[in-house]
Amino acid sequence: MAVMTMRDALNDALHREMERDERVIVLGEDVSGGAGGTSGSRDAAGGIFGVTKGLLPRFGDKRVIDTAISESCIVGMANGAALAGLRPVAELMFADFVGVSFDQIFNQMAKFRYMFGGKAKTPVVLRMSMGAGMNAAAQHSQVIYPMLTMVPGLKVVTPSNPADAKGLLTQAIRDDDPVMFLEHKALYARKGEVPDGDHLVPFGEAALVREGQDATVVAIARMVPFAEKALDKLEAEGITCDLIDLRTTSPLDEETILESLSLTGRLVVVDEANPMCSMASEIAGLAARKGFAHLRAPVQCVTAPHTPVPFARELERLYVPGPDRIEAAIRDVLKEG
Amino acid sequence: MQQSPAQIRHAYTRMRLIREFEERLHVENPKGEIAGFTHLYAGQEAIAVGICENLDERDYIISTHRGHGHCLARGCDPRDMMHEIYGRADGLCKGRGGSMHIADLSKGMLGANGIVGGGQPIALGAAIACALRGDGSVSVSFTGDGASNQGTVFEAMNMAVVLKAPKVFVFEDNGYSEHTGASYGIGGDLKTRTEGFGIPVWEADGFDYFAVYEAARDAIAEARAGRGPVAVLATATRYFGHFEGDPQNYRAKDEVKRFREEKDCLMQMRRRVVEAGIFSESDLDAIDAAVIEQIDAAVASAREGPRPGPEIMLQDVYLDY
Ligand SMILES: Cc1ncc(C[n+]2csc(CCOP(=O)(O)OP(=O)(O)O)c2C)c(N)n1
Ligand SMILES: [Mg+2]
Repeated sequence: MAVMTMRDALNDALHREMERDERVIVLGEDVSGGAGGTSGSRDAAGGIFGVTKGLLPRFGDKRVIDTAISESCIVGMANGAALAGLRPVAELMFADFVGVSFDQIFNQMAKFRYMFGGKAKTPVVLRMSMGAGMNAAAQHSQVIYPMLTMVPGLKVVTPSNPADAKGLLTQAIRDDDPVMFLEHKALYARKGEVPDGDHLVPFGEAALVREGQDATVVAIARMVPFAEKALDKLEAEGITCDLIDLRTTSPLDEETILESLSLTGRLVVVDEANPMCSMASEIAGLAARKGFAHLRAPVQCVTAPHTPVPFARELERLYVPGPDRIEAAIRDVLKEG
Repeated sequence: MQQSPAQIRHAYTRMRLIREFEERLHVENPKGEIAGFTHLYAGQEAIAVGICENLDERDYIISTHRGHGHCLARGCDPRDMMHEIYGRADGLCKGRGGSMHIADLSKGMLGANGIVGGGQPIALGAAIACALRGDGSVSVSFTGDGASNQGTVFEAMNMAVVLKAPKVFVFEDNGYSEHTGASYGIGGDLKTRTEGFGIPVWEADGFDYFAVYEAARDAIAEARAGRGPVAVLATATRYFGHFEGDPQNYRAKDEVKRFREEKDCLMQMRRRVVEAGIFSESDLDAIDAAVIEQIDAAVASAREGPRPGPEIMLQDVYLDY
């Protein structure tokens, strides 16, 4: 075990997988950087968040490919390379740029296997930074995983800590299906213990981060540490909750959620997405469909409002579900029944 | 130089305004009061102003993530822009957009844009509105060297030709697309690519206001006359990093210093204007001093500006819902 940031844990997974399997390639804008610059230094960026740093010097520019600003082409290339036997890890700097490349994601990679009679394999990993927290405004701050989760054929991953980031990225690269890998930009600097060597976290297995009795709290990515903050406060008053970190939104670990709900009878879902057709509404629906008998109070959903992400500090702070709102929702869910 | 002294004064003032606005943001940014990504335009002033001095109020422009220069050249209020960049409730976009999304539709300014390549088809849409009005107006998109590789730009060029639209493609080659040199990302070259679509290209030194102005004047005259889309290709450099805080590892250490000393657009313009006897050094110094005062006032009021509250977050998602 070593303590490292989520950024370094992801970087470690990429290094290890590229070392292990020469079919793994990395492509995207500034994944290395410096090409055509006047300093003469390559790897000048190593990805705008530093996640792909060091890959070019180690593996060369045939396997670490800087691209022009052409997201549709980046994802399309990854798709074709995958069909031709490679295992591409493509990067979109910001999840919002899925907007530019969505055809290649939801009409192409997600559907090849099904449309082609089960004969295609498209082992693409599409990494992207997501979420608010940098005041990057409406076109650089969205979480978008609900949009990806609704697409059959895609697996969707949302790590909340360095160890899971490493284990889930390793799994994603070895997985034969297309994987959307969403890295919350406010978590890149989050530190934690990370297992040395090979570390895999299977998809569809949520993590029970904390155990408690009074309610079940389900959270995703940055909402996990926020929920922990809220729980720290409540635990001082003797209120304890199960905290479930979803880790992947597709496949969704229904079992862990329903089992916890059967013990607590109360459910709070914390989701940074907009509320309509969100993971929060999905999990509330799950509780209504399969956990109705256990529910002792209405499900509480803590989400962003139905607005784009605003710029100003005061507004972004209001927009993002924070520890205070999570705490209030837990108190609310405990009131009834 | 066929422009009147009044025109030259106007253009010089706008260029100085952009320069001081950006230099000042570079100083203010590390103090921590300004949130988000700030992309500065300093170094490229002659391009935005050289283009926009050829426009009138019927025309449209659309900008990029590096939008302050285009906005100011189009006449957006520097005070209102500063308030926006500081995220104030009385900013040009109520603090919701910030540096990367400044827009002023009342000035035909269709917005800075955080999505590289997002603007060009939008500007083409405005161009077909211009054509329908039939008043000789035009629509201008600004496109960086990096953005020029986005598929939407090619699609917009093609459709502009097909529709013979009064669309002006301005390509600003500042040598870099974030951390990557323009020469790496661009296959072929911008001029022949654009000409490949059948769009005539006027090239200009982007450090030379008069060169850009004259290229744009001739190009835009074609578009106004209904002869279809045109392009202006201008080369310059950005003085600061891609965003404020960029360590610029991709760039030679003395690169900017050299450009500032040898090619700076304001320095060149001053020299030409003084040599031609149009203005004296002290006339220009007086303009500079007034601009600095204006920026001081804008920053001071932005710092004290009203903070946005929850109602601002919730308004304007729709007109009616
Ligand atoms: C669709 C999209 N892809 C990538 C980015 C990230 N990005 C912002 S600016 C930029 C470089 C743009 O270069 P250029 O067009 O030359 O403009 P400059 O920054 O030089 O003004 C990149 C890659 C983005 N904002 N939008
Ligand atoms: Mg550029």
